[in-house]
Amino acid sequence: MAIPKEGFFQLEQGRYGPVFPRTPACYGFTIIAKIKPGREQAIREYGTKIEQTIAGLPDGLAVLKLHYLRWVLFDIGKETYFMYQGIFDTDFDKYTEDAVALFSKYGINTVFENLEGFPADWKTNTPAFIKFVREHQRPSFLEYGEYPFVSADEIKRALKLKAAFSEMLDQMQ
Amino acid sequence: MAGAPQMLELDDIQHILLTRTPALNGLYAFVSFRDAAGGQAWLTGLLDKVQSAAEVESTVASSKRWVTLAFTWSGLRALGVDDASLASFPEEFRQGMVARAEMLGDTGPNHPDTWVGGLASDKLHAIGILFARDAAERARCVSEHQKLLAQCPGVEMLSTLELEATPPFDYAHDHFGYRDRLSQPVIEGTGEPTPGSGAPLKAGEFILGYPDEDGHVTLPQPEALSRNGSYLAYRRLQEHVGAFRDFLRQHGETPEGQELIAAKLMGRWRSGAPLVLAPEKDDPALGADMQRNNDFGYKHQDPHGYAVPLGSHCRRMNPRDTGANMNRRRMIRRGATYGPPLAEGAPDDGVERGIAAFVVCGSLIRQFEFAQNVWINDKNFHELGNERDPIIGTQDGTLEFKIPKRPIKQRITGLPAFTTVRGGAYFFLPGLKALRYLSTLGDGHAKS
Repeated sequence: MAIPKEGFFQLEQGRYGPVFPRTPACYGFTIIAKIKPGREQAIREYGTKIEQTIAGLPDGLAVLKLHYLRWVLFDIGKETYFMYQGIFDTDFDKYTEDAVALFSKYGINTVFENLEGFPADWKTNTPAFIKFVREHQRPSFLEYGEYPFVSADEIKRALKLKAAFSEMLDQMQ
Repeated sequence: MAGAPQMLELDDIQHILLTRTPALNGLYAFVSFRDAAGGQAWLTGLLDKVQSAAEVESTVASSKRWVTLAFTWSGLRALGVDDASLASFPEEFRQGMVARAEMLGDTGPNHPDTWVGGLASDKLHAIGILFARDAAERARCVSEHQKLLAQCPGVEMLSTLELEATPPFDYAHDHFGYRDRLSQPVIEGTGEPTPGSGAPLKAGEFILGYPDEDGHVTLPQPEALSRNGSYLAYRRLQEHVGAFRDFLRQHGETPEGQELIAAKLMGRWRSGAPLVLAPEKDDPALGADMQRNNDFGYKHQDPHGYAVPLGSHCRRMNPRDTGANMNRRRMIRRGATYGPPLAEGAPDDGVERGIAAFVVCGSLIRQFEFAQNVWINDKNFHELGNERDPIIGTQDGTLEFKIPKRPIKQRITGLPAFTTVRGGAYFFLPGLKALRYLSTLGDGHAKS
């Protein structure tokens, strides 16, 4: 699906700004922002911390209705940029609100604190967090899904069904 | 700012936040201020009528009427609140409900262009909420108010709406017949929630100036105006009783079948009995028992929606243990029914009747707007794909309602609209000291 430059086909207001559309690749975002000088290692260590947090809380991110998250660091000239891509099944504003709540719940800081221009008062100012995310969102101009518009819940249900059928066949041996 | 629970200043908090009064009648007065002096004269004339939570707690048995005052953002401006203070209020309140209509789902027949009583107008500045024990007391209060208005040439009455409880009067219910007031959050320090209603919530979820569930305190400036205040989202919802009954007859072959369809739309039998606890047959004694009628969850008791359809009204408005971050989404509801009841079996008479209610919350965008935008009107709530709230969602006849059932679910297509939004507004509900503060602002700050 080809997407206009502004990121939506028709302006539809959500609670915090325009609603970005669901595409064959579901809802999602691509956040690109410059990192504060000298913070690259801190960001990489954050990856390890998230891995450990999720290992202890396998359903910890369930509320975000995620398919995939990808964190990427790359250089442009002498500056380092952070790219954060997510594919999920809830709208942009709800995702961000839920994410802020999760950070508070688990007592973890956000990797965004290492980005230039990120509001220092994000823990008490969800609208400012959402504004930053929206300002750094780079909409796709093309998105594709081999299994279009299928939600993560549907995929998980299909896997459960497969497991149930396997169990049934086992019981019939 | 998180810490030990802060004592609530009950003598400063308007009673509507914490108290449900035993009123059978009422009146909402929607007013506009031609100038700051007019607004302040009106406010001054009503100051001693507005009761605090503390006062109502001690006098409710002997009182006959209860008064609440609240203001739109443009009303605060018209009263002379300065620009810096006005700018410190949250954006959604500054914009007002009309500007947020598309996001709220107020489109088509629900659009503000169709609203009545001047509620979509910028001129809407304040609401006076009167709840009265009976119609005679209401008439007396209305007469007193008219005398006050006669002395306030700077105040214009845009409209009024009379509230009437719907018979039988022994329990609260709407025009469709559903028992109401079953699930309400309780603020820490104000009592014990009924079983199944969750733990008491931090006051900041509803009252400005106290820590919320995340330990944060929100206060627009100056504190003299915002402390002990709250926000009200007002909704006037017309209930299409004839269409609702036709629908039940169309989809239920017997009276029992029709009751079951009504219950499936709501998630409770009209008696109030929850389908989770009484899935097959109504249990009016359960419906009336506040110690039992809210004591259930969905995650383990009804994960697939065989009792309560995933898209039913109750399951959307309070997903309980299947929702995330629930303590930050709770809302207090106040309000009443309006219009005459439609006799059972009578054809629709075309007279408007419905619910005129307030959602009370500390954050309109996080609580009311979230519920409206995500819980009520998200077509893909719980992966349903093509549904909105069957009772209060935006319905245009193209959506469906699915009732999980073995071996296959029942799918009702072309769901009609049973309600239409006829008006709405965002109000700020100041504390009592703040009302006095507003009544003494100098005219020099007045804006046109």
